Amino acid sequence: MILFYIYKVIDMGKPSVVVDNVSMRFNMNQEKVDSIKEYAMKMFKGQISHKEFWALKNVSFTLEPGDHLGILGTNGAGKSTLLKTVAGVMKPTEGTVSTRGKVVPLLELGAGFDKEYTGRENIFLYGAVLGYSKSFLESKYKEIVKFSELGDFINMPIKNYSSGMKARLGFSIATVVDPEILILDEVLSVGDAKFKQKSLKKVTGMFDKGVTVLFVSHSLRQVRKICNKAIVLDHGQIIKAGEIEEVALFYKRMLAANDGEDPNQVELLSLDKSLKQHRKEEVKKLKDELKESNDKLIEAQAEIERLKALVNNK
Amino acid sequence: MNKLERVSKNFMKYRFMLVELIKKGVKLKYRRSYLGILWTLIEPLLTTIVLTVIFGMLLGRSGESYPVYILSGRLLYSFFSSATNGAMKSIRQNSGMIKKVYVPKYMYPLSSVIFNYVIFIISMIVLLGLMIFEGVFPTWRIFACIIPLIIILIMSGGVGLILATMNVFFRDIEYIWSVFLMMIMYGSAIFYYTDSIVEKSPSKAILFDINPLYACIRVFRDGVFGEAIHWNLVLYSGLFSVGCFLIGLIVFYKKQDDFILHL
Repeated sequence: MILFYIYKVIDMGKPSVVVDNVSMRFNMNQEKVDSIKEYAMKMFKGQISHKEFWALKNVSFTLEPGDHLGILGTNGAGKSTLLKTVAGVMKPTEGTVSTRGKVVPLLELGAGFDKEYTGRENIFLYGAVLGYSKSFLESKYKEIVKFSELGDFINMPIKNYSSGMKARLGFSIATVVDPEILILDEVLSVGDAKFKQKSLKKVTGMFDKGVTVLFVSHSLRQVRKICNKAIVLDHGQIIKAGEIEEVALFYKRMLAANDGEDPNQVELLSLDKSLKQHRKEEVKKLKDELKESNDKLIEAQAEIERLKALVNNK
Repeated sequence: MNKLERVSKNFMKYRFMLVELIKKGVKLKYRRSYLGILWTLIEPLLTTIVLTVIFGMLLGRSGESYPVYILSGRLLYSFFSSATNGAMKSIRQNSGMIKKVYVPKYMYPLSSVIFNYVIFIISMIVLLGLMIFEGVFPTWRIFACIIPLIIILIMSGGVGLILATMNVFFRDIEYIWSVFLMMIMYGSAIFYYTDSIVEKSPSKAILFDINPLYACIRVFRDGVFGEAIHWNLVLYSGLFSVGCFLIGLIVFYKKQDDFILHL
């Protein structure tokens, strides 16, 4: 028992995700060669030309347990590819990715469901694909059904489900474990407003347990809310990494520059905006104070009138 | 940790997935049909009747146990055909999952071969029933049937792995293979006797000698009819299937990381 705790303490110090010099190459054929005949003909003519495309190039970073990393970048910058290499779906062409603990990717929930299967059967199938054991799934079965709010629908084939129901079931299965590493692509929008609230609560509950998070989003606001660290990818390369506020400012300026605006101007504008906001608040505060003293004045005047009347009566 | 240890550890972790996939295959095959799993017994029986009527009565081919002869060949062939077909398509069919989460990819072709094998073994009941009905009573030699049953499993697994790998890169394989399967069917002496053909022109014997599936079927029939086993055929088909399986494993293992780029 003591040994276990010692092990845990030693364990805690180790990084939970190490991405070491990862590069990912795609061979882009001019047209997709899909048949042997085509392939043979092209080979014969010497036309097999691969246009190389590096979706990731020398990407390295290390995350400690409990780190929340935001991954920023424009479309096609390699964000999803990076997530896929961390999730183990893709093997990098060069470099290594090592992760410690259970990785749970919350990407396109319910992609692995079988239409003909009932909800119940799909829980075991999907759970098995995620690498959970039978006994574990059996012990968690009730919890999954309860969280998904499917009730009696659980014994119906999935093909009769609405897309919201499917997503709810997928979310419930994927999050039944306490992962060490959570992979999020865009923020979760599962089901109706009530379920959204519930799923968000579950995910933030995981954050509190010290899970390591990799989060991809276009929304800078969300990234700033969730993450403490961030990287910016551009054409497969990390162009900025560090603490969230620093990177967020860089990213904002980068986007502005891409739009052809002067980044300094944008910053000035945003400063100006916050200044205006600040002024507004100040003015409001003054107004409130003024109103308050005015009220007091009226009150005092009334008091004087009352006293005057009293004196006159005397 | 060496490679083999890692692979086996990973297999242990995901073995429940294999079980689930096999279960899914068997369960879904006959779901929503009224007779359900009974079809594994009825279907081979019906096709045997059709073949017996056509080739036995109309074309006048007969032996005293012609239906048993047909059924024993047909069962093995149809297992080989559905197992290899299923394995071939398995990677593409499950591309949705493969693209999203990490899974050991060999589980898909493996599971489709095994689930077809389960159905195949169940359908052996029909053969036993027909044998008794036709008066071909099993002798102790029936136990020799286990050998071709193991060989055909390994062979289907190997061929399935090769086809699954190829099919990711070239979709043509599906069409080529269906033609190839037809060729194998006619070349495996399912509804005719080879002896008369070989007698007439001995040079044609090579057509059967090179066909490992025919070797399997022949050895299987030896067991069914209580005849002495052809050990040379056992050796040939055994070596072929093990070779096939090894090649399949190597090809699959080498190419599996590229699958995702082509799915």
